[in-house]
Amino acid sequence: MLASPVPESLPPAPLPVADDGGFPTDRGGRAWGGAAALVLSWGFLLALLFLSYRRIGATLAGPRVPVDFWVALASLALMVALAAWVTWRVLRRPPAGGRKRGDSQWAIAGRHFRRNRLAMAGLVVMIVLYALTLLTPLLAPYGPADMGTVASSGGLGPSLHHWFGTDKFGRDILSRVLYGSRISLSIGFIAVAISMSLGTLVGALAGYYGGWVDSALMRFTDMMLSFPRLVLLIVVIALFESSIWLVVLVLGLTGWMGTARIVRGEVLSLREREFIQAARALGMEDGRIIFRHIIPNTLAPVIVSATLGIGQTILTEASLSFLGLGVRPPTPSWGNMIADGRDALTQAWWISTFPGLAIVFTVIAFNLLGDGLRDALDPRLRT
Amino acid sequence: MIGYLLRRMLGAIPLLLGILTIIFFIIHLAPGDPTARFFSPQVSPEVIEQMRHNLGLDQPLHIQYLKWMKSFLTGDFGYSLGQGRPISEIMPEVLWNTLQLTLVSLVIIFVVGMLIGIVQAVRQYSVADNVLTVLALFFYSMPTFWFALMLSLIFALKASQWGWPVVLPSSGMATVGTEWLGRGAILRDRLLHLILPATALGIGTAAGVARYMRGAMLEVIHQDFIRTARAKGLSERTVIFKHALRNAMIPIITLLGLYLPFLLSGAVLVETIFAWPGMGSTVVNAIFQRDYPLVMATSFVIAVIVVLGNLLSDVLYAVVDPRIRAE
Repeated sequence: MLASPVPESLPPAPLPVADDGGFPTDRGGRAWGGAAALVLSWGFLLALLFLSYRRIGATLAGPRVPVDFWVALASLALMVALAAWVTWRVLRRPPAGGRKRGDSQWAIAGRHFRRNRLAMAGLVVMIVLYALTLLTPLLAPYGPADMGTVASSGGLGPSLHHWFGTDKFGRDILSRVLYGSRISLSIGFIAVAISMSLGTLVGALAGYYGGWVDSALMRFTDMMLSFPRLVLLIVVIALFESSIWLVVLVLGLTGWMGTARIVRGEVLSLREREFIQAARALGMEDGRIIFRHIIPNTLAPVIVSATLGIGQTILTEASLSFLGLGVRPPTPSWGNMIADGRDALTQAWWISTFPGLAIVFTVIAFNLLGDGLRDALDPRLRT
Repeated sequence: MIGYLLRRMLGAIPLLLGILTIIFFIIHLAPGDPTARFFSPQVSPEVIEQMRHNLGLDQPLHIQYLKWMKSFLTGDFGYSLGQGRPISEIMPEVLWNTLQLTLVSLVIIFVVGMLIGIVQAVRQYSVADNVLTVLALFFYSMPTFWFALMLSLIFALKASQWGWPVVLPSSGMATVGTEWLGRGAILRDRLLHLILPATALGIGTAAGVARYMRGAMLEVIHQDFIRTARAKGLSERTVIFKHALRNAMIPIITLLGLYLPFLLSGAVLVETIFAWPGMGSTVVNAIFQRDYPLVMATSFVIAVIVVLGNLLSDVLYAVVDPRIRAE
């Protein structure tokens, strides 16, 4: 045996450690991107404050301050605080190589997600959309029902005063698109929250208990899937007294089937894993095993289908409002604005076109985000 | 194969019974009943009571349920309150109209979607691939009814204003007066009327098919038997269209059953916009006229079409993939 020139007692040379949690990235590019985003958001917030301080003063001095105005002010304050906090953290960040994060599943997925440029674009658009929705009372140039003098302000094409034109009553389309985003985004969010909870519960119960519970729940799921969603919605909404809450509830109750199937599949494989057997051996109740050990492990596909589901729900709500069965006309929603412009399509194309584009861009953002999340959360799809 | 088919068909029967049950309970959960439209000071309560008796609404729920099941299963859908004629008379014509529209757009969906998917997979990461990916995302995220409006705005309304050589019809199924012309002219007129609705209905789904097809083709193209086929000296066309496409088609066939409910949902909107007298516009009109029997019959028939479509795609799947039959 040859004598090794290196004595065995010497400690091994330290492995090179990349400073970003062991993940090589182009740090320079990202830092610049982050700085640009920070400057842009400060610019946006300051411009908004500068442009709307007079309106804020006037409204606060007025006799009655609407609730949504308070919400907008609170969100503005929150956004300024958030921007300040991020800036402060960036400025006093310790030099690279300081603190090291652990590598949880979510941290790994987060890094993959951040490298996906299209998905990040979707995320940014989504954040901007929700910010615009919250700040609408400060941003919108006109109120949603302001008609001006109908004779001279009705049916104007896009111009500097009315970027998206006005409808036949002289209402500003841009303002109505902004106010309509509330309906679309909040209905999408709440309905998807309902359908995801229901779908996860049904899927988890079916997968965990198996047997007749499984067959009964899955046959019911198949039945619900055999109804085209829009037809079922139309029938239910037409039979009952229509209101926004009914629309939200029914959208939520008709969107859970796909999630239930996905979750059931996941649970079927999770059920046989050692940690579940261990939990059972410890004598835990079924409810606790399902809610504490099984459902958290099925979250990744649920998050993906929730993101894609918000896009689909926004489309479905717009279709319902277009048919006159969803949100009723004085309240602006993208669907009923498109229906409004339908009669005057040749004379005033802008009335239907801009709300439609708003829907398209919102849904594209959610689809990009959902695709990116799927690629990041599913280890088989990571590149 | 026959056994597999029979098992799938038997499985569809409880599904249809369940669908009927859901429809029944939705009507009976709703406030009011069909006599509500006759309430007025001039109508005495006894008359309403007599009506309820004639319609069988005073019987216990389970009796009503069994009667309802029996009449639906024997094809007796009742009487349309809005159109004033038996539903079994209305149903065949609107069903046929919807089938024309849906079948033409299915052809568009699968031909266009698969071709785009193949092009994207063969030229992965090229400019064409990226452009088509963005376009597919755009069309996939678009509301059907908005696209339908934009199509009729550009190709029907603006086309005639701008004096384009071809102005496509944007409403109804036939031009007034064509029924006096020959068979060829009627067929040509019908096809012209189909272009816009079928495109509006199919484009979003075609974009979805393209996304799937790209993935399925990419998976197949990188497998060993494709390399073998190329190594044998087969032309690229044979490799792609014969060896790769056949294997990539298998997952696409299941999409047929999956997309059918989406297509019929879309048909509700597209038929309303293009005044196409099919199931979709019938159900919407029936709702605005509070014509409950027609609403229930139409939604049941739509659900039956979906179940049959799923059955068909299962059978096709078993035909192309022998592994399924063995299970």
